Amino acid sequence: MIWANVAIQGMLLGGLYALFATGLALVFGVMRMVNLAHGDLGILAAFVALFIIQSFGLPLLWASIVTIIIMFLVGYVLQRGLLNRTLGVDDTRPIVVTFGLSIIIQNALIMKFSADSQGLDAGKIENISVKITNQLSIGWFPLIVFVIAIAVIAALQFFLARAKLGRAFRATSDDREAAELMGINNKHIYSLAMAIALAIVAVAGILLAIRTTFDPTQGSFRLIYAFEAVIMGGMGSMWGTLLGGIVLGMSQTIGTQAFGAGWGLVVGHLVFLTVLAVRPSGFFAKTVTA
Amino acid sequence: MSTPDVTTPPEAAPAFRIARSTRIHKYVLAVSVLIVFLLAAGPFILQFVNGVQPVSTMRNLVTLFTLLALAQMWNLLGGYAGLISVGQQAYIGLGAYGLWLLGDVLHLHPFVAVFLAGLLAVAVALPVAPLIFRLRGGYFAIGTWVIAEVVRLVVSNIQATGGGSGKTVISAARLPIDTRITGTYLLALFVAVGSILLVYFLLRSRLGLALTAIRDNDLAAQSSGVNVFRSKLLVWVIAAYGCGVVGAVVAMNLLRIQPTAAFTVNWTAYMMFIVVIGGFGTIEGPIIGAVIYFALLQSLSQYGTLYMLLLGIVAVIMVTVAPKGIWGYVAKRWNLHLFPVRRRLVFESTPPDEDPKPAESPDAAVAESA
Repeated sequence: MIWANVAIQGMLLGGLYALFATGLALVFGVMRMVNLAHGDLGILAAFVALFIIQSFGLPLLWASIVTIIIMFLVGYVLQRGLLNRTLGVDDTRPIVVTFGLSIIIQNALIMKFSADSQGLDAGKIENISVKITNQLSIGWFPLIVFVIAIAVIAALQFFLARAKLGRAFRATSDDREAAELMGINNKHIYSLAMAIALAIVAVAGILLAIRTTFDPTQGSFRLIYAFEAVIMGGMGSMWGTLLGGIVLGMSQTIGTQAFGAGWGLVVGHLVFLTVLAVRPSGFFAKTVTA
Repeated sequence: MSTPDVTTPPEAAPAFRIARSTRIHKYVLAVSVLIVFLLAAGPFILQFVNGVQPVSTMRNLVTLFTLLALAQMWNLLGGYAGLISVGQQAYIGLGAYGLWLLGDVLHLHPFVAVFLAGLLAVAVALPVAPLIFRLRGGYFAIGTWVIAEVVRLVVSNIQATGGGSGKTVISAARLPIDTRITGTYLLALFVAVGSILLVYFLLRSRLGLALTAIRDNDLAAQSSGVNVFRSKLLVWVIAAYGCGVVGAVVAMNLLRIQPTAAFTVNWTAYMMFIVVIGGFGTIEGPIIGAVIYFALLQSLSQYGTLYMLLLGIVAVIMVTVAPKGIWGYVAKRWNLHLFPVRRRLVFESTPPDEDPKPAESPDAAVAESA
């Protein structure tokens, strides 16, 4: 029974990983750009929420909504003002610039908030759980995180499939020049994609901050887990990313249970590397590696 | 490769030849030899004059030399092979632990162990290459980071390597202090000069031509008969070895190896920022970048966090405004190349010293000899 419990914990954790991964996958899908600061931007969102709560005394829910809006705007401005300039020449520039951003965000957060661990308090929801059998109980909060992850991914999938703007995203992704000829402003589309990606990663960052403690250096790990979820799931498939996140989360919790605290993360990475070796296009590949 | 430095075209062709060296390169060679000689002999001269070893200067210069060598390796990967890595800390850390393994466990002399320690890095870099080479661009970069994380986690979790608290390199610590400091200094200088020469001769070799072709268009290179995978693999392994040796020199300088510090992604930040600021895809760039980085470090190192923040900002601005870095600007402005790795068309009617317009790109030569 302990294993079922561990597996369920891992699955729920995977939902959070997938939520971090969604924005990374969206940005790569639309403009073939890998944002190495993605994890740090999620952690930045958590600190923004913390700052709003501490400075203005807003309740967590309102602070979160304000944070999501702020990160949406940050995403648009960041892409429009800086990242668009790095695209289209070679792979190197966006990598160096986003890696530089990652270092900037981490060190700025350390200067402002110190390197100490912080937490966001959501009240008693964090500690209550639903009991299924005597040995098996599921925390309400991890369950809520998982449901939010599914809802966000479903909404994004629906948006990409049905909305007019979503069609523009897909058109730009398929053929940048043709989309431009049809009157789509690629720079605007890219900036909106980054805005949506950062709004989603803000949700992920805040949920992470409620679930566990966070500190300025956490972003790198979030990026790596998100990347593993995207690659395992198969690029271009949001539901694949969710599955990738779940596989990663379960590998980590089961690995920890089997081999001890230090080895769970290693098992997660090894499962990723195995998938990369055996099925490099992931579980549900739709687009080819650019 | 058998292509000589100067090739004479068939008689019917217009009067030109393909040249690499110009007169300036003779001066560069002379000045470089002088600088290296001064750096090598300097501590001994100072010790003779003052009676004491200039220990802190030597330690600082070891930092400069190791950063320079690391930047050359990162630039070899990113600037020439198109492999942007954010995971070279894996091989730096492995080199550091390699020094401990070979010196303390297998009882080799630490000065010998430094060069063999790089092989431990190669032992990891080689098998992971086929895996992460499946990824491209930014995803390749994160893939290298995953490997670095796995290595860090494994080393921190194993009791034999001292777990999270790490190891002291006792074999190096037991050397007489003068021998150790002098030895580390000369090793670091050797590694720095060696990294420059290594990249220089690699670029002039057949592999260098292949790399240039791959960097410009890997599909075209492949269809011209360049083995893209093998060329990239070779560079990947060479860079891992270089980073490993540097890691061992760093461990010899500090005597203490700790997994969080040995495998920190900050190594990547140093390398990347040095190369980007100095000049991407040139041999001169990392040298200039390392000197600038080192000079700033001397005055700003007490503000560690602020220093990294400023460096990140400078790197981001550099890439967006002047993506070729300081040396890229200098080279373009004065058409100056200190290392004769390029092939240029020299028309016989113009005296070669006036530096005639260089060939548009080295591709013409690539097509001939690759």
